[in-house]
Amino acid sequence: MKLTLFRGGVHPPGFKEQSASQGIENAPLPARLYVPLQQHLGAPAQAIVRRGQQVLKGELIGRASGPISAAVHAPTSGTVVAIGKHTAPHPSGLPIETVVIEADGNDTWCELHPCDTPFDLDPDAIAAKVGEAGIVGLGGATFPSAVKLKLKNRNPIHTLIINGGECEPYLTCDDRLMREESVAIVEGVRLMLRALEAQRALVVIEDNKPEAFAAMHAAAEAVSEVEVVQVPSLYPMGSEKQMIETVLGQEVPAGGMSSDLGVVVHNVGTAFAVHRAVRFGEPLIERITTVAGSAIVKPRNLRVRLGTPVEALFAYCGGIKGEPARLLMGGPMMGQVLPNMQVPVVKGSSGILALTAQEVNEQSTANCIRCSRCVRACPVGLVPLEMAGRIRVGDFKGAEAWGLRDCLSCASCSYVCPAHIPLVQFFNHAKGELTARAQADHKAKETRRLAEARSERMERIKAEKAAAAAARKAARAKKAAEEESAAPAGDSETSTEQKETSA
Amino acid sequence: MYAAIVSLTLMGLILGYGLAQAARWFKVEGNPLVEEIDAMLPGSQCGQCGFPGCSPAAEAIASGAAPVTLCPPGGKALAEALAAKLGVTADLGDMEDAGPKLAVVLPELCTGCTRCFKVCPTDAIIGAPKQLHLVIKDACTGCGKCVESCPSESVVLRPIEATLKSWYWPKPQMNLVEVV
Repeated sequence: MKLTLFRGGVHPPGFKEQSASQGIENAPLPARLYVPLQQHLGAPAQAIVRRGQQVLKGELIGRASGPISAAVHAPTSGTVVAIGKHTAPHPSGLPIETVVIEADGNDTWCELHPCDTPFDLDPDAIAAKVGEAGIVGLGGATFPSAVKLKLKNRNPIHTLIINGGECEPYLTCDDRLMREESVAIVEGVRLMLRALEAQRALVVIEDNKPEAFAAMHAAAEAVSEVEVVQVPSLYPMGSEKQMIETVLGQEVPAGGMSSDLGVVVHNVGTAFAVHRAVRFGEPLIERITTVAGSAIVKPRNLRVRLGTPVEALFAYCGGIKGEPARLLMGGPMMGQVLPNMQVPVVKGSSGILALTAQEVNEQSTANCIRCSRCVRACPVGLVPLEMAGRIRVGDFKGAEAWGLRDCLSCASCSYVCPAHIPLVQFFNHAKGELTARAQADHKAKETRRLAEARSERMERIKAEKAAAAAARKAARAKKAAEEESAAPAGDSETSTEQKETSA
Repeated sequence: MYAAIVSLTLMGLILGYGLAQAARWFKVEGNPLVEEIDAMLPGSQCGQCGFPGCSPAAEAIASGAAPVTLCPPGGKALAEALAAKLGVTADLGDMEDAGPKLAVVLPELCTGCTRCFKVCPTDAIIGAPKQLHLVIKDACTGCGKCVESCPSESVVLRPIEATLKSWYWPKPQMNLVEVV
């Protein structure tokens, strides 16, 4: 297959050997699971359980609300002991709605609806089963997968790309999954192809995972519509748009979506989850997570129930050496800083990293000398130094004009900057600021519309009241006039009557 | 007597006509800037800025008597737009001090008197007589008119809570090293 590598990119050291050699192990079931109702992009799920309620493993505890949302299921059987706020696995450290389940230790499944002939299901039924299972993009972006499987209704899809890039350093969960579950992944891919009514699937794997490539190649050999492609290891290969550019030679237009090109990208972990959901009826209640970093005594890949506190995983991996300088969820390039060790593993937790101060390598910044290394590293073709310079002085519109909206936040620029300028941190701040301002602007417009509608209504009511008063006045005048015209006869009658009675 | 009446009437008519013509020909155009600024303001006449409505506020901004950051419902976006319009620099740092707020009806105190939703400039409160009233968060500008109108002190303003959706990274600090 002819490859057209995207521009820029960086080669950070992989550090994958720490955990890649370790087979996937089951993490122990903790006594309490903290299951957030928002583990996906979009609207949070709505809790449908009460405190004190008994739940079985796989039972629905949070219903998807709105078109972009995902269901949440109980990861084990037990009792719901609380529904309230718990710190989110998010750098803000803000609390989010969380269902706390005390495990009863029996781990009893609820009634599942397996399907022995999943390929006889029609495409929408597959997408519906994926939606019911609460599956989201397991590469870390956590976009509800069922929504992506229905994209064919917007635009015909010809190619499904299965992202096995795993370009972030330290992470090996997809690598291990492909080595150990290749047959199941291929079935998941075929189910997704059927749901999308697409013709072919490309499983794209970086060349630093030869074992995974061999396993997937063997599993897909007999399946004509699934092709396994090896691509060079270059960060950020795992980014959707960069991967499409590499294997298809097409660039997704700025502001556009991959489905505009007739392409949909899903992660290998998602394909495996689809297989479990459609064939066995199992909802998404566990995932493979890499626990790594030099502060971890024994890095490994674990099959973790969602809601397991991070500290339980550390304990299983031999504990922590010294004080970790930074805790991350995801990889070191794009991962999220974790506020503490009590936060739970969620659907998007591809990795939990505990890094030492040496690995974090925090350095003081110097001035930009416009060496343009960041320009060469940017996979999108932006000019990070210009954008950062504008954001620094608060010129967000200027940064937007330099293409801030197309920035992936991949951190390649920050990685290469010899002055250690926090470039991607500037971009993340500016993106948030621009979104907040756009929302404020929208609200101001809506306020104006509402206020105008109200004053218009008030005027109308006033006019109606005036009209009604005028009508009443006219009616009274008319009545009075009628009475007046009728009065002489009546008056004479009454006066004669009065005269008669008085007489 | 007739002479006096006629002459005064004539004088009145002529002078009045003259004044009317003068008003027409020497008419002072309203400052177009004021109208433009008025169009940019939210127009909810909430009075949070301290002026009786959006038009007086627009006049004050145009004359430079009030800062461009005066409008809490407009927020930073409006302040920036106004600053760009007037060619002044806006000190946006001041804006966050107050912080946006939303009205909340305390259900245990609300008597359903309907006074609050009658004064709401954006129709953000729904309710009926002797029924619990409710604030529609998306429409509320936090102007506080409902708070003043409530006889049972059941409407309060509360700061908008940060959520995962609204949170974003603060601006990174650059600790520049001294280059010798």
